[in-house]
Amino acid sequence: MLNRTQAPPVKDAVEYPLNLKPYRYFRLTNGCEVYYVDAGPQEVLQVEWIFDAGNSFEDKNLVAASTNFLLKNGTSSRSAYEINEFFEYYGAYLNRHCFNETSAMTLHSMTKHLPVLLPVIRELLTDSQFPQEELDVYRQNMVQRLAVNMKKGEFVAGRLIDVSLFGQDHPYGKFSTPEAYAALTREELVDFYARYYQRGRCRIFLAGRIPSDIEPLLERYFGDLPWSGTALPLTPPKMHPSPEKRALVNNDPDSVQGAIRIASLFPDKHHPDFPKVQVLNTVFGGYFGSRLMSNIREEKGYTYGIHSYLQSYIQASAWMVSTEAGKAVAEATVREVYLEMQRLREEPIDAEELHLVRNYMIGTLLGDLDGPFHIIGRWKNLILYGLDEAYFNQSVQIVKTISAPELQELAQKYLVPERFYELIVY
Amino acid sequence: MIEFNRFVLSNGLRVIVHEDPSTPIAVMNVLYDVGARDEDPSRTGFAHLFEHLMFGGSKHIPDFDEPLQRAGGENNAYTTNDLTNYYLQLPAENLETAFWLESDRMLSLAFSKESLEVQRKVVSEEFKEHYLNKPYGDAWMHLRELAYHAHPYRWLTIGKELRHIEEANLDEVRAFFFAHYRPVNAILVVAGNVRTADVERLAKKWFGPIEPGTPTLRRLPQEPTQQAARVEKLNRKVPLDALYKAWHIPGRLDPRYYAVDLLTDILGGGASSRLFQSLVKEKKIFSNIDCYHYGSLDPGLLAIEGKLVKGVSMDQAEAAVDNELDRLIREGLDSRELDKAKHKAESMMAFEDMGLANRAASLAFYELLGDAGMMNSELEKYQAVDGASVMDEARSIFKPSNSNTLYYCAHAE
Repeated sequence: MLNRTQAPPVKDAVEYPLNLKPYRYFRLTNGCEVYYVDAGPQEVLQVEWIFDAGNSFEDKNLVAASTNFLLKNGTSSRSAYEINEFFEYYGAYLNRHCFNETSAMTLHSMTKHLPVLLPVIRELLTDSQFPQEELDVYRQNMVQRLAVNMKKGEFVAGRLIDVSLFGQDHPYGKFSTPEAYAALTREELVDFYARYYQRGRCRIFLAGRIPSDIEPLLERYFGDLPWSGTALPLTPPKMHPSPEKRALVNNDPDSVQGAIRIASLFPDKHHPDFPKVQVLNTVFGGYFGSRLMSNIREEKGYTYGIHSYLQSYIQASAWMVSTEAGKAVAEATVREVYLEMQRLREEPIDAEELHLVRNYMIGTLLGDLDGPFHIIGRWKNLILYGLDEAYFNQSVQIVKTISAPELQELAQKYLVPERFYELIVY
Repeated sequence: MIEFNRFVLSNGLRVIVHEDPSTPIAVMNVLYDVGARDEDPSRTGFAHLFEHLMFGGSKHIPDFDEPLQRAGGENNAYTTNDLTNYYLQLPAENLETAFWLESDRMLSLAFSKESLEVQRKVVSEEFKEHYLNKPYGDAWMHLRELAYHAHPYRWLTIGKELRHIEEANLDEVRAFFFAHYRPVNAILVVAGNVRTADVERLAKKWFGPIEPGTPTLRRLPQEPTQQAARVEKLNRKVPLDALYKAWHIPGRLDPRYYAVDLLTDILGGGASSRLFQSLVKEKKIFSNIDCYHYGSLDPGLLAIEGKLVKGVSMDQAEAAVDNELDRLIREGLDSRELDKAKHKAESMMAFEDMGLANRAASLAFYELLGDAGMMNSELEKYQAVDGASVMDEARSIFKPSNSNTLYYCAHAE
């Protein structure tokens, strides 16, 4: 007779060898570094051109993001429509994203079409024209989109908590406004493009089924560009955290929920506590079985979800708790978050819970390494932060071995209410 | 080509195995043939509430998540108007834990009063977060009610009103479970670093003893053919006017489906699509516009949705959309447009199949449609579509009598 109360035996996480599949590496003659992982069940690939062109490099708000957005909106020989039609005709997806330090152009395509697409990517990275009309349409539509987003408590909360942590004049804290969009000029984008794309620093990451002639292919289209082979100089601006730790914002009188953010500054990834705190964070609010989820969603039903995470940038990180809770229980939710911090400071995590969290973290890491896109994503996250494989291995080792007293000490050091900013947006 | 093996247990549970030795993990996907369309009109939102209750403990296991996390796994689930899908992944060595957990909750839930109490609240917050507290969040509630008068697609999976969820009691939960959550109404897919022989042994061991249940016999009211254009106007505190239009289209198994899907893409998929290029870029009438459908199993809706540029009137915007549709019908499409849509379909499918979990969910979905092997013949079906059949669909779908229009108006604050 089957005994369903008896769990089948489980192989423990600590027994899994966890290796990050190595990447292949080469440099183009201009010094551009190329990293790639060749694997995958389908004849597709992903290529990312990563530039030192994030908003930390701009002199004026929104110039970096707008330049990045309009990269594919016209060259001297192709209109925005022709560019989009070209990539879509080949079933390819061309996206771009702007971050704090870097910006990206990302191509997803069937491997067989890569040779035909690359010359046009080159065109975008050397000959984008930023037509005035494209800028005007973009500006108008972004302002409209912003107006819609400003009605969402979570959007407003996300902006304001970053201002509290870093200051509104800091790249990590500044945000878009209709006025900033209005103030953009074509010349500023053209200038930013010249400095940070045409003559900037680019690194290329590829994953998926990689053609065997990838080295000559990339050399042919990108090897002669006047890119910098090394990092562009960047003076980290000073952070200006807000003196005010608590804020309550009435964004929408009809709101039925409060968007809650509770956050503190935290060191960057190179700090020895960073990988250790990843474990503590998982216990606190980093997975479905976390303290915050168990208490605030599964016991009290105050929210559909509550999460904590380390939002890391090059210069610093933020330890963030984020949720949307019913208006009547929003303040009670905040109190419970502090109570969960207190429990972690005052009581060591019991052995069974810690064992579960170790297994969960290693198991999901194993799952996250499924497929070439995930693997290159891990590598990119190390390389762009100036870290290497040793860091990955050390982090895995920490998950496997960190003790309850060490975690309690970290909680006493970091999970203290005085360190946290608290914000509710109704 | 996605390889798989298939067998059926004596209780009717369909099992599909997709072996992929290149990964260290295993995925288990359990699809139940029940969705919001199967709900009592006075208990809408029930299928989705039920999805939450499936994590509140089963007959022999008080908590689903904890043992799974201990085995290095994680999981999630979703409910649509057609189906409910549960998915988990874990290190392949711990596969049996997945069998133990999923089979116990198919055997019987614990039917705990506390779990029902809490999940009612959680779902109520989910309702607020996604539908009430978001600008335009209630648009589809109205659009569905406008377009459907008989078929249960007239409500969203979250439900028509919070009251239905709040009034649900444990007897109803129990009855729903034993009507729908039975082996004959389920499809089990196991994928990853697994071997079919092991899966078969474990499936027999853990799922084999479960009572088969009664197959769902659907007698859903079919939507009568719409005879006249329908219009609704809403006034809401939103920053911009929005226009929604929806037309009835055939269901997922209709041979016409592929032409309709390509038509949707030609109109609104991507920045070189007709609607975006003409109405956002050239005429500057909309700040964004989309054309989409949900691929629902019963006859569904093709929708065009856009936010108006400030200063443009609703009449102007609607006329501009109608004009684009007329132009398509009058002038036809060129073959490059159709090829583009086909290339996109091809590449979209290839990218979807990159992830193990996606492959498992697709196999389950196509098995629900009748044959998991359909997953491998989809591309051919898209490639077989010609321009004339896309145009036939355009003419038959975009008739005024088939249209449902929602004017979502920003009222002055």
